[in-house]
Amino acid sequence: MYATLRQLAARLRAWLRPTSFDQDLNDELQTHASLLAEEHVKAGLSPEEALRRARVELGGLTQIREAHRDVRGIPLFDSVLQDIRHSFRSLRRDPGFTTFAILIVGLGIGASSTIFSTVNALLIKPLPFHDSSRLVWIANDGEQGNLSSQTVPVNPFLDLRSQSKSLSEVAAYYAFYEIGDKMMTGEGEPERFTAVPVSQNLFKVLGVQPIMGRSFTEEECRRYLPVVVLSSAMWKRRFASDPNILGRKLTFTNRVYQVIGVMPPGFDFSSVFAPANRVDFFLPFPLTNDTNKMGNTLSMVGRLKPAFTIQQAQAELSTLSEPIRLKNNRDELRFKATLLEDQVRGPFRQALLVLVLAVGVVMLIVCANLSNLQLSRAASRQKEMAVRVALGAGRGRLIRQLLTESLVLSCCSAVLGLIVAIAGTQALSRLEALVLPLRDTVQFEASSFAFTFLIAVAAGLIFGALPALRIPSATGATRGSTEGKSHGWIRSALVISEIAFACILLVGAGLLIRSFLNVLDVDMGFRPQSVTTLRIDRGRGNYYDEVLRLTKTIPGVQSVGLTDVLPLGHNRSWNAGAKGVTYTRSTPPPEVFVRIVSEGYLKSMGIPLRSGRDLSDHDTATSKPVILINETLARKLWPGRDPIGQTAIHVDKDREVVGVVSDVRHLTPEQGSGNEMYIPIRQTNDFPSVELVIRANLPPAALATAVRRELKPLIPNLPAEFRTLQQLVDNSTSPRRFLVQLLTGFSAFALLLASLGIYSVVSYSVSQRSHEIGIRMALGATAANVQRSIVSKTLGLAGMGIAIGLIGSWALSKILSGMLFGVTAADPITFLSTLLLLALVATVASYIPARRASLTSSLQVGSVSPANW
Amino acid sequence: MPETKSDILQGTLDLMVLKTLDAMGPLHGYGIARRIEQVSDEAVLVNQGTIYICLVRLVQKGWIGTEWGTSENNRKAKFYSISKAGRKQLIAETQNWQRISGVIGRLLQLGTQR
Repeated sequence: MYATLRQLAARLRAWLRPTSFDQDLNDELQTHASLLAEEHVKAGLSPEEALRRARVELGGLTQIREAHRDVRGIPLFDSVLQDIRHSFRSLRRDPGFTTFAILIVGLGIGASSTIFSTVNALLIKPLPFHDSSRLVWIANDGEQGNLSSQTVPVNPFLDLRSQSKSLSEVAAYYAFYEIGDKMMTGEGEPERFTAVPVSQNLFKVLGVQPIMGRSFTEEECRRYLPVVVLSSAMWKRRFASDPNILGRKLTFTNRVYQVIGVMPPGFDFSSVFAPANRVDFFLPFPLTNDTNKMGNTLSMVGRLKPAFTIQQAQAELSTLSEPIRLKNNRDELRFKATLLEDQVRGPFRQALLVLVLAVGVVMLIVCANLSNLQLSRAASRQKEMAVRVALGAGRGRLIRQLLTESLVLSCCSAVLGLIVAIAGTQALSRLEALVLPLRDTVQFEASSFAFTFLIAVAAGLIFGALPALRIPSATGATRGSTEGKSHGWIRSALVISEIAFACILLVGAGLLIRSFLNVLDVDMGFRPQSVTTLRIDRGRGNYYDEVLRLTKTIPGVQSVGLTDVLPLGHNRSWNAGAKGVTYTRSTPPPEVFVRIVSEGYLKSMGIPLRSGRDLSDHDTATSKPVILINETLARKLWPGRDPIGQTAIHVDKDREVVGVVSDVRHLTPEQGSGNEMYIPIRQTNDFPSVELVIRANLPPAALATAVRRELKPLIPNLPAEFRTLQQLVDNSTSPRRFLVQLLTGFSAFALLLASLGIYSVVSYSVSQRSHEIGIRMALGATAANVQRSIVSKTLGLAGMGIAIGLIGSWALSKILSGMLFGVTAADPITFLSTLLLLALVATVASYIPARRASLTSSLQVGSVSPANW
Repeated sequence: MPETKSDILQGTLDLMVLKTLDAMGPLHGYGIARRIEQVSDEAVLVNQGTIYICLVRLVQKGWIGTEWGTSENNRKAKFYSISKAGRKQLIAETQNWQRISGVIGRLLQLGTQR
């Protein structure tokens, strides 16, 4: 073993320094020859004859030198280097082909590598926590899809934590933290930050320690002491990574907090738990009787004990649920455990799988296309190959040389691919408009680099294989210049497969585009156009009246309203029942999304009032409690009756229904509305935040300036964070849009390649047959005849490809079914339009060369034939 | 045909070179070639240059060492000498050779007896 290694090292050394070894050998051989010659002279030969004899006895110098080189060096390397040099020469000779090939292979590799990096970050790499595969997401398995029914109160959490045997530890955070509700003042420009109140052990469960300072203590949590742990991003951005940050006092929304720690940069809470927003710092969340009374508030994360599986944990939590529910006197409490990784990744796993398949298909089309191009090059080099075979080149050697050429080509393309992939991953990680967990962790790293290299080599081998295998063997070397029948057959098969693959991509993209359009077409229940929203502080007295009044004075403002939460944002639910109905545990009052709003909100949002009246500024704490409900709730509580004037019970207090409004999609555009109700903002205090909703025909920037100016006397430091409602809607459809855009891009690329494939095959075969075509036309065929025959032959190929592709898409489209909206996987419109599009492309791509051929061929033949007649 | 011959002879040539260097001490390529020629009546070395291909292989294996010196006619010459590992290899190869030639010898004897 050691000797072998030593020899290998020696060979490598010798290979790297060939000249000094050659020189040594030369010296030795010369000495040898002179010694031999002297011997012969002593024996009586003339000096010239002696030298000649010596040379003969020594043997051919070139042969010795080459054998010496082979033995001492690494002959494989030499021939590979030779092949690579030859490849570069041959590629330089054909710059058009080379540029085109590098371009399409490079784009294909770049796309594959970008998708790989994305999938790697989003699906493969562990979450940014310690030993993240053991982390468990624990939710309340409520019936409604909203946050209230997925969280639990404090006491059940404490019970679960103390009773669970399968989980080593359970932590929680307050799920209803408000985005941007902590306004920092006294540190220059006022700015809103988002803070998450967490249980004392959350960082411990996630296995992350602050890089500076410490985490919260039991006492700080219990007494809700004003201390904060900053995220690394906030510390860097707002405090310039100040090393003396610990102990600093910061004022957030009129309360002074002390900084006790800074989390490490890799700890990205929001990318996992709250992808739409950033989380700036953490507060202690007190686990007390007071906070228990707030109801369902906590989201939980646990860590599995070493010997336990998620199934065992789920089984245990199921048995614990009922006793804990009874003890805490809750209507609904069912713990549901999922691995945190599945919880975070589950929703987009399928979409990424689709992207992986799509990019794989694109790569296959790229390879088929290049195979095709290489085959036509090979055809023109067939004579060269035949000559080389005849002169004794081994078939294996020639195959290796052609494969080397393909690999050189694909590695050149990989350079372009790297650039594309690096740019792609960077753009993706910064694409704020794409709301996807872990998106900002996407980056081009070592594994992406390795993948790029591997895919380049694989692509080179795949598209190089066919042309290489077509090298004639020495015995059956063809000397002719016409191509064999099988050659044409292979090229047809390549075109058919290209069309089939393109067809699959087009159908997939088509289905998703139609779904996306359907989602965009969904009536959200409100009109997001020209609505701007702004977070403001809560206030007392006539604060809200003043805010509304001052905002309304701005020219261009059509209407103004207030709400506690915007659609597609946070959602919480209360119960509401109809007076006169008895509710029990088995028949509880329905859960209803609750919105705390002011008059003008409906108008600003564009939510139509169906019957009754809107809220007004006369609905105050001293007036009769009133409520607005949506049509769904009206049907549920008072089926077949007029809900106006009825009394809703089990809300915070009994309330008279004064109006019915149309349904609003609060969760996602794809999900139906559910029960909704609206409570006047002046009749309750149970809301954590206020959004000002303004409908105005002003550009958002101008509006923001005006609002800041007008509200200055009331709110001196209003931050400049205005969001349009359209942004909110766009965010909620962003993953879908992203998928559609990528797939559309891929399909367009595939369609382009397929049409180029058809074009190149047809123009090649036409150029081979130009003489025949000319004769046909001389014999009376018109240009139209010739064109028709060529086009219809191509359409035959395309038809086969389309048929295979449609069957394939039909089989594959089932994996899309979870992502479709408003179309079925067998949507006839999509399939039909794909068929037509491909047929059209095939016609055009074959008509162009056919037309050219029919024109030039007639000229050629026409110019020579009259003399012969 | 020439390939098979050299394949068999390659091992033999290695052994011969090692044995020569072991017996005669440091020699240059010409000296080794002459010595083998004398012993084998030119049966092994068709071309004397072939010896250098064998020598570079043995050097890379670490069985012989090299040193530049001057030849009898005052020319630059590379002198080869057997190394410790080379001696070990020589012993092993010698035993191996004796065993094989013994076996072959007995086998051939058998053929003539029948």
